[in-house]
Amino acid sequence: MATHPLWWAGAAIGLALLSSLVSLFSARQPGVLRWLVSPLFALAGLSAVAAGLLALIDKDVATATLPLGLPWLPWQVRLDALAGFFLAVVGTISFAVGLYAPGYLRGFEGGDDSLPALGGFAGLFLTGMLLVVLADDAFLFMVAWELMSLTSYFLVVWHHDHAANRRAAFLYLLMAHVGALSILLDFGVLAALGHGFSFSAMRDAELSFGWATATFLLAFFGFGMKAGLVPLHAWLPEAHPVAPSHISALMSGVMLKVAVYGFIRVVFGLIGQFHWQWGVVVLVIGSISALMGVLYALMQHDLKRLLAYHSVENIGIIFIGLGLAILFLSTGHAVIGTVAFIAALYHTINHALFKGLLFLGAGAILHAAKERDLEKMGGLLRRMPWTGLFFLIGCISISALPPFNGFVSEWLTFQAALQAWQLDSGVLRSIVPIAAAMLALTGALAAACFVKVYGVAFLGQARSRPVRRARPVPLSMRLGQGVLAALCLLLGILPTFFISLLNAVPEGLLGHGLQQATSHGWLWLTPVSAQTASYGAPLVAIILLLVLVAGLWLFGRGIRRVRRCDTWDCGFSQPSSRMQYTASAFAQPIRRVFGLLFHIEEGLEGSQPDQQRYRLKVSDRAWGLFYLPVARLVERATRQVVRLQSGNIRIYLGWTLGTLLLLIWITV
Amino acid sequence: MNAIDWEITLLQALLYAAAAPLLAGWIHKLKARLQNRRGASIWQPYRDLYKLFSKETRMAHTASIVFRAAPYIVFAATWLAAAAIPLLSTRLASAAMADVIAIAGLLALARFFLALAGMDVGTAFGGMGASREMFVSALAEPAMLVAVFTLTMTAHSTNLASVIDFNLQASSLLRPSYMFALAGLILVAVAETGRIPVDNPTTHLELTMIHEAMILEYSGRHLALMEWAAQLKLLLYGVLLCNVFFPWGIAVDTAPGALAGSLLAIVLKLLLLGVALAVSETVLAKMRLFRAPAFLNLALLLALLGLLSHVILEVGL
Repeated sequence: MATHPLWWAGAAIGLALLSSLVSLFSARQPGVLRWLVSPLFALAGLSAVAAGLLALIDKDVATATLPLGLPWLPWQVRLDALAGFFLAVVGTISFAVGLYAPGYLRGFEGGDDSLPALGGFAGLFLTGMLLVVLADDAFLFMVAWELMSLTSYFLVVWHHDHAANRRAAFLYLLMAHVGALSILLDFGVLAALGHGFSFSAMRDAELSFGWATATFLLAFFGFGMKAGLVPLHAWLPEAHPVAPSHISALMSGVMLKVAVYGFIRVVFGLIGQFHWQWGVVVLVIGSISALMGVLYALMQHDLKRLLAYHSVENIGIIFIGLGLAILFLSTGHAVIGTVAFIAALYHTINHALFKGLLFLGAGAILHAAKERDLEKMGGLLRRMPWTGLFFLIGCISISALPPFNGFVSEWLTFQAALQAWQLDSGVLRSIVPIAAAMLALTGALAAACFVKVYGVAFLGQARSRPVRRARPVPLSMRLGQGVLAALCLLLGILPTFFISLLNAVPEGLLGHGLQQATSHGWLWLTPVSAQTASYGAPLVAIILLLVLVAGLWLFGRGIRRVRRCDTWDCGFSQPSSRMQYTASAFAQPIRRVFGLLFHIEEGLEGSQPDQQRYRLKVSDRAWGLFYLPVARLVERATRQVVRLQSGNIRIYLGWTLGTLLLLIWITV
Repeated sequence: MNAIDWEITLLQALLYAAAAPLLAGWIHKLKARLQNRRGASIWQPYRDLYKLFSKETRMAHTASIVFRAAPYIVFAATWLAAAAIPLLSTRLASAAMADVIAIAGLLALARFFLALAGMDVGTAFGGMGASREMFVSALAEPAMLVAVFTLTMTAHSTNLASVIDFNLQASSLLRPSYMFALAGLILVAVAETGRIPVDNPTTHLELTMIHEAMILEYSGRHLALMEWAAQLKLLLYGVLLCNVFFPWGIAVDTAPGALAGSLLAIVLKLLLLGVALAVSETVLAKMRLFRAPAFLNLALLLALLGLLSHVILEVGL
């Protein structure tokens, strides 16, 4: 029994709920809070990983009916390879967060904010995410989805002293529910056509092109809203950074992936047909999200906001992969479609790992120096070497540099895009390479952004007093980061191993895997064929290491002592920390070239020449171009609706009767 | 993949490292002649490297481990990238290990650490150089990849050895897409190797330098490795242009005679390329930094035109 994947999934949910309950009932016992809640959370994550791995290895589909729900609509759960993969993603990050939390939360002890509430909602949040992935009927899916959205709202608003946080949380709640509404409508269409709320009924539904497109668009809007695709993304960089950092890691690293799961489940699993028009839509929106995400990230100097914008970028890259998959599958190129699909899945777990790692790193800085603003950091590598090392690994991974994991998934995406010559339509043949060019630009800009982050925060000299006095963080926080950093390296140098695991997902969903990708041994990754492309990730890593060691031995003679001297100062005064390039200065050339895409306000404040200060504010164009017009439209519409409200109860009853009659007339 | 392929690969990698300073010396010499100077011997870069390796290495008080590790990482990544580009023979084991996208990735890894090293000491110049380097490369890298995509989509492979094999057998390389891709790649190569008109490798004028600003604090063997890596990068781009677009002469097997012929061919090609580079550097002036985007956008545009003319005009043929 204990080897059954559903048993482990059940254990994960049980442990998450237990962690939540223990937290809520231990307000008086800080010891219990510290030493029981987070370990239970980590164990829940570990069980979820076990469930996911077993499901991926077994390739079996396990189902169960829960004794919960409505009498005629019991909740059903189903654990297939796709669900297993996402369980593993959720579980891995939750495990690392559970390890990290005890140290991080000590910084909040004795503060105004309630720690029991934080632990309670975090446990429920994890429960919600696990249930979304396991759900096999629309009813349980929506309940779990709402559980996830509502608990994350309370986590976002946890620091509720600042009005800005409350405003961000409200915006988040609003957007989450606009998205949920769209998902609900989506399931409505599928349930009506499939005559049932269970996913198995929906799978059997016969959809015409029109209805299928309507379901696709509703799913893309609803899940895209939650995932933070441009132009719907503006809530994301407001909401994710204000939560405590380990929760930010969960939200950016995992919750966005649950939205990706929903999209894959509905479009690849339930609708079951593909059209190239959909592929183009997903590809275009994905490319724009990737590019805009990284450009806005470059303009930020609040570390956590910057990381949140990078989530927009990476979700865009995942959707580029999914768009390519739809495009190739709809035109009958099953192999290439599978390559693109695997690329999207690989980037999903990669992003979860390195974004989780980077948010935990940002939390470590926040813990040690109480600082989120890059402009006040500097020299942290010498103050906190372990965090510095792990953060560097995160930066290299997210910049898609070999031999780390981000490179593997971008490489696979490029390989899929470069098969565009197989397409028949000239228009599609041109769109796909242009998307690949945008992906290349995104990757290069991401590298620029993380040189900025690492260079300004960890290198150079400290720019403020608390940063200069930062202390290394406790062991538990280092462990949490270390686990994720090790996984980033592992997924980067052993891609063949992980892809043969991942193969179960397209096998279950599309009916065929990617056997040729790993057919030349564990050294060679050959997604299409050995002639087309190969990447020997372990060899690249080993040779890099060998050259490095040989270089150190030859020229460095081990680590020889190097005499220190003063920095070159051009013969003037000794350089001070204020002479260093700041984060805004670093991004200035890019700000100037891509100026039209931002809303930039800059100028000088103060009238006296010696007291003038430079002021710069870069804001998101999505507000002016999308959010505010929609908000104005809604306000205008509500003003029209107000006319119905006369205050007279008879008229209200009349409206009710009219609506009832209309509904009866439509349905009968 | 057999043992002899790996031997050729190793031989080629060593040849890359050994020959890189020579190309730099040749260009220096030509430029001096074009400016009516006698110039230093073409072996001068070797002497410089030897001098730097034997000098004492010093580091600023504020430098961290990143500053110290960066020269080794930059050199290793650049060398590995170079080793994956066929120099003498297309029977190259390392070409299967790192295809053209991985080569771009390795170069990006080298650049990442170069820029971090620039920011490590905490001077204004280092940050300035890093910012400019990442700015220029952010615009150059997509142009390079798109130009390379044109080749790889034509040859149906991202493995550079296969691309060259394909080009050797192709009836004509006078395709419109190749012409555009070549033009784009030349502009990218100029920008990426820090040559005039984007950067000036001989300048130490604070406000104009990019690459030199990042390595300003380096000395001794660290500086030698950085300089050597830069020379390797120049050779790498030279070989990429020569062997991919003008593949004639390269060996397709591992027979000693073919390899010798191949060596002669690549030397001739690189000598000619050096002449072209020296002439262009003599007649052109360095651009302002903010003119560089126009230059690189032109490269991207050319590369995209090449790609589009390939997918629209040539795929059916």
